[in-house]
Amino acid sequence: MHRFAKPSVFLKLADTLMPWMIAITVITGGTGLYLGLFWSPADYQQGDTVRIMYIHVPTAWMGLFCYVGMAICGAMSLIWKHPLADIAARATAPVGAMFTALCLITGSLWGEPMWGTWWVWDARLTSMLILLFLYLGYMALVNAFDDPERGSKAGSALALVGVVNVPIVKFSVDWWNTLHQPASVARMDGPSIDPSMLWPLMLMAVAFTGYYFIILAIRVRSELNERRIRALQLSGLFEQGDGTTSGSALYDQGHNAGAGK
Amino acid sequence: MSDYFMMEGYGLYIWSSYAITAVAMVFLLVTSLRGLGQSRIELDQLETLLKSRRPRRSKSRDARP
Repeated sequence: MHRFAKPSVFLKLADTLMPWMIAITVITGGTGLYLGLFWSPADYQQGDTVRIMYIHVPTAWMGLFCYVGMAICGAMSLIWKHPLADIAARATAPVGAMFTALCLITGSLWGEPMWGTWWVWDARLTSMLILLFLYLGYMALVNAFDDPERGSKAGSALALVGVVNVPIVKFSVDWWNTLHQPASVARMDGPSIDPSMLWPLMLMAVAFTGYYFIILAIRVRSELNERRIRALQLSGLFEQGDGTTSGSALYDQGHNAGAGK
Repeated sequence: MSDYFMMEGYGLYIWSSYAITAVAMVFLLVTSLRGLGQSRIELDQLETLLKSRRPRRSKSRDARP
């Protein structure tokens, strides 16, 4: 684990995997869209609006997945103080926030024709809205301090406390039986959904996951560059005294970011 | 074909969900790539600046009494 936590190793790995991630995302996304929009049938109750599910459900999964990833990275940055964990958490937050927002928006667009309302304070919807606020709170908090280390400490703490919301989102449909329908894929007795709908759903989920890793690689790389810039600017100030301090000595991992193509 | 796009009258809801998702995903991708490009330019400028500064400063230090 620690081997991969070295920025140079991470960047090399990201470079090797990038073409594969792009290929997987494009192929599964394209196939998923085709299957979802043309091949899969309309639902016997919900008609064609069921096609909203092929983005609504994967975006919801991604919202939760990214949050768990962000919280794990937050924990690693608190415990081991590893900068890459902090950088990964910061890079994950906007992707997770976007997917959560998309889940709420597409849910609204599905709720209006099917439930007759854009929004209702149902347990699932409310806990998902809280998830979005947790993301936004994290992003505001990590950037609220002049010292990035203090920001990441506060953000990681918030991310970890917010983890309690994840099982609430998952089980809200069982605990409070209100408007939102219960789970039909991740069930103890296997999916209760027809394969013609399960296939596009799963392909879209894979595509969104691939998209997440692509964005993660891009944002981690630019954050490493930003830190290297900060370190160089600092060393540039100190160097006016004597020309011996090098930027790489002050902030070693930034060096590898500069070496990336 | 236009029947297909109507989606039994739900077309507006369905197509706008897909369109909003696509726009958001492309937007995040483009801003992330732009941020990366910006950071690379800034880093390059800073590194060449520091490199060009170093010998000059050592020279001036030598010249000092």
